Amino acid sequence: MGMTMAEKIIALAAGKTEAKAGDIETVTLDRLMSNDGTTHLTIDMYNNLKNPKIADTEKLVWIIDHNIPADSPKTAASHKKMRDFAKEHGITFYEGEGVCHQVMMENHVRPGELIFGADSHTCAYGALGAFGTGVGCTDYLYAMVTGTSWLLVPETIRFNLTGKLPKGVHARDLILTIIGKIGANGANYKSMEFGGEGLASLSMADRISICNLCVEAGAKTALMEVDDLAMDYLHKQGREPKAIIKADQDAVYFETYDIDLSEIVPIVAKPHFVDNVVPAKECAGTKIDEAFLGSCNNGRIEDLRVGAEIIKGKHVSDKVRFLVVPASRSVYKQAMEEGLLDIFMEAGAMVMNPNCSVCWGACQGVIGEGETLISTGTRNFKGRAGHKDSYIYLASAATVTASAIAGYIATADSI
Amino acid sequence: MSNTFTAKIWVLGDDIDTDIILPTEYLAMKSVEEMKPYAFSPLRPELAGLIKPGDMIVAGKNFGCGSSREQAPEVVKALGISCVVAKSYARIFFRNAINNGLLLIENPDLYDEVTEGDSAEVTPGKEILYKGKKYEIASLPDNLLEILEAGGLVKAMRKRNGLS
Repeated sequence: MGMTMAEKIIALAAGKTEAKAGDIETVTLDRLMSNDGTTHLTIDMYNNLKNPKIADTEKLVWIIDHNIPADSPKTAASHKKMRDFAKEHGITFYEGEGVCHQVMMENHVRPGELIFGADSHTCAYGALGAFGTGVGCTDYLYAMVTGTSWLLVPETIRFNLTGKLPKGVHARDLILTIIGKIGANGANYKSMEFGGEGLASLSMADRISICNLCVEAGAKTALMEVDDLAMDYLHKQGREPKAIIKADQDAVYFETYDIDLSEIVPIVAKPHFVDNVVPAKECAGTKIDEAFLGSCNNGRIEDLRVGAEIIKGKHVSDKVRFLVVPASRSVYKQAMEEGLLDIFMEAGAMVMNPNCSVCWGACQGVIGEGETLISTGTRNFKGRAGHKDSYIYLASAATVTASAIAGYIATADSI
Repeated sequence: MSNTFTAKIWVLGDDIDTDIILPTEYLAMKSVEEMKPYAFSPLRPELAGLIKPGDMIVAGKNFGCGSSREQAPEVVKALGISCVVAKSYARIFFRNAINNGLLLIENPDLYDEVTEGDSAEVTPGKEILYKGKKYEIASLPDNLLEILEAGGLVKAMRKRNGLS
């Protein structure tokens, strides 16, 4: 019987020739990412073990991104704990370099790897054919000291992509459409596997954006077949794959969806759930107070180019704060070299340092009571971006930028 | 896990996300004790103050969806919640809860039939008795039961290594 990509990667990590959905396998992890959301808790637990030891320090990557720069003495203390521990143990450590998943994609992720990240959006790594999955800090600790963990081999939902996204429609619109279709727990415990001829038309930025958001459908991981474009991306950064994994022709899927990219339209997810999606035009005119372009989902250079092209020569509405947050230092520098940051700043946007920003409701840009945010962030849960009585709409870089100019939700073709 | 207990029921809805269970602004607090008053605050600010040790939560589908923040199951456990019964759980929350020794029970029917403030009799791995009706519940796999009975994964590791 054929295997899915998820089954093959788990089999490889378990040292077996075969794994099938429903089995529980003990796996050796290839990489372990953790950020300042919970690493301080991992350290506390580690120090509470008797004679603790890290199984393989080389595999650990620690990244301060959620609250950088620190916004309170409490945060500063938590960062210090993480920084000191990383230094003492020789752990690869980043601070101020960017949002963890972007830093991982730029520097570490290799096709075929099995990666635990103490962050739910770790599934982004599927854009490079790696099995990334989010875990809590206790699972992380266990993997850190034993080098292993257990995994229930997930069933897989297969998405066959055909066609091309129309002009002005983006990967964010596609994945929001898919989440709307299958629901916020439609892929719970499952792998979402993407393939088909339509995949070739999607850039690496598009692919990361799609895989990243799959956890909002409950997915354990997201996986895409590795093609020439993915290999170019990898080689430009000087890395080689662990293994190139493709699904077998006779792999067994829980469900299969055929998606024609040419039928996708600009989408908005309304408060307070990511699967509460409607065509963006249905929300047109909804007044906003703040707009956010950034995050591990849409803070890449391609997203900033989309926003800059729309806002060039125009101005942010005087009723709106517009935050632009490049996802990493390298994205920031490239945007600077291409003149994109000038365009945003001349238009009245605030360009911030790379971090998780208002996407997770801390550090900067949180919204007040009764306020409305339109965001390229990952979630629109009640209270996620600040006050419990506030409202978040999720949309593409294009719709967010157009809305920042209009002062209300607007699609790029309408301004 | 065959010890039967009786618990007062608090009812929450579908898709109770981790930002509802514990909002971001309280994550940096030094201890889970400090976080307790803010649990569920975006949805029901008064709830954390009303929950008594031993009470249970009954909820709909996809309980715990969202972030991998482990403070979410930790704070539910710290409030003294004896178990959560939901139609389904988001997977990261499920692992985190077991790893922190918080009992999660899956049941498709109870949520649709309970009233908040009532009590139910829970026999883990076997059944829930509510208003004279039995709701069957499955037992967890042995590896998860071992973790749960030890009070969490770290405690189970210590026990396996002969430490108390």
